[in-house]
Amino acid sequence: MVPIQYFIGLSAILFTIGILGVLIRRNAIIIFMSVELMLNSANLAFITFARMYQSLDGQVFVFFVMAVAAAEVAVGLALIVAIFRNKQSIDVDQINSLHG
Amino acid sequence: MWLSEAVSSGPQFFYLVPLVVLFPVIGLLVNTAFGGRMSEKAIGWLASAAAGLSFVVAVLLGISLLSYPEGAVVPIVDWITIGELNINWGFQVDTLSVTMMLVVAGVGTLIHIYSIGYMHDDVRFQGDPGRYQRFFVFMNLFIAMMMILVSADNYLMLFVGWEGVGLCSYLLIGFWYDKGENGIGNAVAGKKAFIANRIGDFGFILAAFIMFWVFGTFEFNAVFELAPEVASLFPAAIVAITLLMLVGVTGKSAQIPLFVWLPDAMAGPTPVSALIHAATMVTAGVYLITRSAALYNLVPQVQNIVALVGAATALFAATIAVGQFDIKKVLAYSTISQLGFMVAAVGMGAYVAGMFHLVTHAFFKALLFLSAGSVILGLEHAHHHMEHNSQLKLPMDENDLHFDPQDMRNMGGLRNRMKISFWVYLIGAIALTGIPPLAGFWSKDEILTDAANFNPLAYWMMLAAAFLTAFYMGRQILMVWFGKPRSLPAEHANESPPIITVPLIILAALAATGGALNLPMWHTFTHWLEDSLGHLHAAEFSLQIAGLSSFLVLAAIFLAWLLYGRKYQAMQELPPDKRPDDPLRPILGPVFNALNHKWWVDELYWTIIINPYVSLAHFLADVVDWRFWHDWFHDTVIVGGYNKLTQVLSIQIDLGVIDAVANKLGDSVKRAAAKWRVIETGYVRNYALSFFIGVVLILGYLILR
Repeated sequence: MVPIQYFIGLSAILFTIGILGVLIRRNAIIIFMSVELMLNSANLAFITFARMYQSLDGQVFVFFVMAVAAAEVAVGLALIVAIFRNKQSIDVDQINSLHG
Repeated sequence: MWLSEAVSSGPQFFYLVPLVVLFPVIGLLVNTAFGGRMSEKAIGWLASAAAGLSFVVAVLLGISLLSYPEGAVVPIVDWITIGELNINWGFQVDTLSVTMMLVVAGVGTLIHIYSIGYMHDDVRFQGDPGRYQRFFVFMNLFIAMMMILVSADNYLMLFVGWEGVGLCSYLLIGFWYDKGENGIGNAVAGKKAFIANRIGDFGFILAAFIMFWVFGTFEFNAVFELAPEVASLFPAAIVAITLLMLVGVTGKSAQIPLFVWLPDAMAGPTPVSALIHAATMVTAGVYLITRSAALYNLVPQVQNIVALVGAATALFAATIAVGQFDIKKVLAYSTISQLGFMVAAVGMGAYVAGMFHLVTHAFFKALLFLSAGSVILGLEHAHHHMEHNSQLKLPMDENDLHFDPQDMRNMGGLRNRMKISFWVYLIGAIALTGIPPLAGFWSKDEILTDAANFNPLAYWMMLAAAFLTAFYMGRQILMVWFGKPRSLPAEHANESPPIITVPLIILAALAATGGALNLPMWHTFTHWLEDSLGHLHAAEFSLQIAGLSSFLVLAAIFLAWLLYGRKYQAMQELPPDKRPDDPLRPILGPVFNALNHKWWVDELYWTIIINPYVSLAHFLADVVDWRFWHDWFHDTVIVGGYNKLTQVLSIQIDLGVIDAVANKLGDSVKRAAAKWRVIETGYVRNYALSFFIGVVLILGYLILR
């Protein structure tokens, strides 16, 4: 049996990679994928603790997270398409109209 | 039915008394409403009938008084009710008021009839026949107001009449308001009369205020009943009331110092001068003092003042009459002088003598004025006739073209042309000068007798006035009627029509026989008035005084004959440039000039009162009102101060404080925003990083806490 620390460690690594992806990359698609990565690391943590405590609650949460993530993907990709139509680019650094 | 009952039951006549006012009121209302569509004759006779019916009522009242001499008070309506003050509109019927009613309505009726003829010509000479109707409306209004004055049962109602007759006097003096000197002379004369009377009326009003304050009532009977009690508690109040009433009397009855309006009042048509400014209205003051006898009897010191004012006026006005050339001005000053006799008499407590002289004077002075009017009319007629007749116009010179029909220097020799007018004038003049047995002798003698007993100073002044009266009347008679005509119109004057001469003849008869009212043996009038005024002492006839006054009168007439009968005619032979206009002028010199200029009383009043008053008014209007209140106080203080205040509020407070706070707040927000906006890079990852750091910090806090 794989020790529980491994799962948590993997989840933490994935989450860190996601954060770094969001913060460092400029391609909107990549950022989007990094956000998915963070969501899935959180899912892994849920599953891990659900198994550890022998409770189904965590697994139910994961279903909800996956459903929300799917919806978010639909909305997010639509936004990216709209931005692309507008700017002929999906470089997030180009989209800085809100700067002060 | 009602009337026959009234006849059978004597005092019922007393309840007819409102009719003495009502008849003239009806007359004036009808003439006002329908006069425009009525003929002149109808207007005149209607007005005369209204006055005549008043006279009939007054006679009926007199008949009732013979059997019920105590009289009655006839209340008609509640007039004013304020708190405890309750004033009736009521009529006092007693021998005194009925005497006045008889004089007013009797003489008034004759003058109304005379006016029918006189005004017919006058309105045509003056060129406005439309005013004929107005004249009779005013005359009837005057009769109504005078009746209210004499029949009032309280001082307030008397005051209504008092003001009403003043109004009629004003309206009728200014009847030809567009004529006279500079086209406003008559209007100015009316104004002068009104203002002089106003000063007097102010005294009356103050007297009424004090009376209300002290007595709490205005009714004659109540006031007279309370008077002795009040006199012991507040003697000063009675003195003040009587003195202030005297001020009213000097205004209405033309005494010193307010007499100046009466000579100017001659601007009115002659019947007005006769009725209002000789026979009736100007005697209202004498009536007032007689009516208030119960008050005056309590204050001998005021009575003394009244007597001296009257006697001084009698003498002063008589001197001026000597120096006048206008036939009506002579009569005007004569009226003032005779009013002085009356006021002096009532001031001495000789109420009967004063009232007696009032009655006889009403007869002979109305007669004199009306016959003077007849003379003026005759001359105007002749002048008018000559002007419009080319043959007669040829001999007229410059003087004749600007002809003054009232100037006695243009008359002379009229006794042959106007016989009736001459004889009635002569009777009037003899009655006035006081030659027995005509009316004036008896009444004047009674006054002189009382004066000799009570007030020697007044006696000597009035004796001198009587001498001058005879002199100026002699002068006037000789200048107007005797000698040769001194102008062409005087040569061609004709007698007036019967409508004018008949009233003159009736008045002449009254002037001749009026003395019979109070002959020294019977004292009829004294006993008649005793029922109103309480016990009166009847003056004993004194042969010495009567002889002295008669002697003075005859001496004065002789002197007048010497000067104006002989010397004046001799003077006519002199060439015009060397001829003095009056034989007295070379003898008296500057004194005659002073008499002719009325002792410069008008000028004196202008100098000491009117001019300073006008200057004061100018000062108040220009300096105090305009420059001080308007320019300084209003413009500088109020407007300037308000401007300053709004300036401070708008600039210092609004801009400096309120706006500044708002602006600074906005500025600082802007500046802060400018500083803070640099952290808003617009890059998504910067925002994500800040979320991340925030999450780390919050989690770190939660874990490490």
